[in-house]
Amino acid sequence: MTDQVRGLLEDAFPGGEVEVWPFSGADHLSTRIRSDRFAGLTLIDQHKLVYAPVQHLLDDGTIHALQIKTEAP
Amino acid sequence: MIITDDQIREEIQKAISQNRVMLFMKGTPDFPRCGFSARTVEALNQAGAEFAAIDILPDPRIREQLSVHSGWPTIPQLFVDGELVGGCDIVTELSQTGELGRMVAPAA
Repeated sequence: MTDQVRGLLEDAFPGGEVEVWPFSGADHLSTRIRSDRFAGLTLIDQHKLVYAPVQHLLDDGTIHALQIKTEAP
Repeated sequence: MIITDDQIREEIQKAISQNRVMLFMKGTPDFPRCGFSARTVEALNQAGAEFAAIDILPDPRIREQLSVHSGWPTIPQLFVDGELVGGCDIVTELSQTGELGRMVAPAA
């Protein structure tokens, strides 16, 4: 699951730094992403960019929660 | 009594427009039923916020309609002045920088 989410996020943020790790059971994941796609966006819009590629996994309950930390270079 | 999806959506919109600081969560502020909701309540309390809360657990359609309204997939969801601020991570981050306290301060 961690690898699948990491792959989806790496595809969504080419050239960015993506870390994904489980923090409380396999269905609670944490991610830290550094990408220039975040520049100039509010936190809410930054996090929406992160949710978009993994939305289907949240919808079907594959992952219960995704903890997000975003950084612009 | 049958409650329709439209009525649920109306109640959600009413709650957001009538309460300056509105939290949708799992459980209640006194008895949160999820760690993320608990942390969000804690951050609001630390910021001295007066807020209203709705428990989304009693009917799964509350969460469905809320996410349709907000475009945000997870719970909790905090609204201030009718705008989605974010979930647990964003509220925690805003709390650490002190921004949350300024956002929820009573309007002068």
